[in-house]
Amino acid sequence: MKFLKTVSLVLLGSALAMGGAMAQEKTVKIATEGAYAPWNFTGAGGKLEGFEIDLANDLCARMKVKCEIVAQDWDGIIPALNAKKYDAIMAGMSITDERKKVIDFAGPYANSPNGFLVPKDSPLAKMPGTGSAYNLGTQQADAEKAIEALKPVLKGKTIGVQGSTIHSNFADKYLKGTAEIREYKSTEAHDLDLAAGRIDAVLADATAIIGTLEKPEFKDYSLVGPSITGGLLGAGVGVGLRQGDTELKKSFNDAIQAAIKDGTVQKLSVKWFKIDTTPRS
Amino acid sequence: MDFSFMRDTFLQLITGVPLTLNLAFTSVAFGAVLAMLLALMRISRIRILDIIARAYVFVFRGTPLLVQIFLIYYGLGQFRPTLQEWGLWSFFREPYWCAILALTLNTAAYASEIFRGGLQAVPHQQVEAARACGMSGFLLFRRIVFPIAVRQALPAYGSEIILMVKATSLASIITMMEVTGLAAKLISQTFRAVEIFVVAGAIYLILNFVITRIIMAIEWWLSPHLRRPPSIEPKLEAAHV
Repeated sequence: MKFLKTVSLVLLGSALAMGGAMAQEKTVKIATEGAYAPWNFTGAGGKLEGFEIDLANDLCARMKVKCEIVAQDWDGIIPALNAKKYDAIMAGMSITDERKKVIDFAGPYANSPNGFLVPKDSPLAKMPGTGSAYNLGTQQADAEKAIEALKPVLKGKTIGVQGSTIHSNFADKYLKGTAEIREYKSTEAHDLDLAAGRIDAVLADATAIIGTLEKPEFKDYSLVGPSITGGLLGAGVGVGLRQGDTELKKSFNDAIQAAIKDGTVQKLSVKWFKIDTTPRS
Repeated sequence: MDFSFMRDTFLQLITGVPLTLNLAFTSVAFGAVLAMLLALMRISRIRILDIIARAYVFVFRGTPLLVQIFLIYYGLGQFRPTLQEWGLWSFFREPYWCAILALTLNTAAYASEIFRGGLQAVPHQQVEAARACGMSGFLLFRRIVFPIAVRQALPAYGSEIILMVKATSLASIITMMEVTGLAAKLISQTFRAVEIFVVAGAIYLILNFVITRIIMAIEWWLSPHLRRPPSIEPKLEAAHV
């Protein structure tokens, strides 16, 4: 009995000590995908790198918390947040109404258009609307007209998208029936299949396409098509949080605002994407 | 648990069943032929054939199916010019055929060992009796060895078929929208992983339940000698007359 008592006292003591340590330095666990270059990817040394890794570290320093960044498959990234496996998601996740039903968002901290990645020698390389920009939220009629103009060129083609993304939603809504849509687990997977010639085009975020175009094996490919944002393409990329986690949401929002204001977001965006994706409010 | 949601999920996932069964049965059919060939190579007593079959089984049984699917689909995809030269690209271009190829090669390795076990367990006396009756060569194989071997291999082969039905779920990683692929898509739309996976699991359970019954029926049909003979009872009515 005495032994048991001692053991339980020691356990209680260490639990209290740990609790104390936690109160001093709060740890926020952030999940990312680790397969969405240049937003977040696993670098040569097996370490997570990218725009969001740099930004997360910056935001955490502003929030004065200790951050731990973990990799999680895209498919299960929202269910695992709600199952409390981690506290936040920073994985190039666009703020959409659908997702807002199950989680909350802080931000946005980036806003980038979509585009098509096609081989330069393909008839798709002369896609109409290349260079123009539309917002599905505010200029719905114009944007849909631009999408209609794409249909004759895309007819009968095979388009690769990453599953469970705003791009797969967009393809399902506007291009289904015109082209065959194939869903991949990651952007890396559809890039590989485009290079192999199994699909004719990739529909993805322009930043991800710019990242892909930097690889030497994609030197004969180009980014085409109208750049479309808003509507079902979401209101920019934000930090995914559990609903009701208002305190964490506020500190993330404050940190993001500060990082946008002092140009950190712009600096990191240009560093990783070559373009400025700072959201304009 | 939201039962009306689960019913909707069931109706959507069920549309993936034809593809799941198609992948499973096509690859099991091709795989069985290849497996029989490998098993015969193993027991042929021709050293070179034996070594080739052993190496094949070693490689395909020793590596994960997931890795094999990746290598066949994304790996071979990088050798497009060579494959085009050989006229094989139209085959490897399609995710369906890549999935069939990977599943076939995989199941052939496992099934060849099952068939070999069945063939080697054919009692010597039976073979000798057949030889005494003047049978040899292919006739002996067709009439005596093969039917006995099939009966002995069937229980183990039945579970291989079930494993194949479940293995088709891996085809979703190469864009095949079978039951698991559809489940993943639904989860991404609704974020309700538990209900959807419960329904997907139930669908596989139903499929495999039916398959086990079919295999049991075949076993029963193939082994009349193990069944109790129908008892001949005297007709009781007759006694009262």
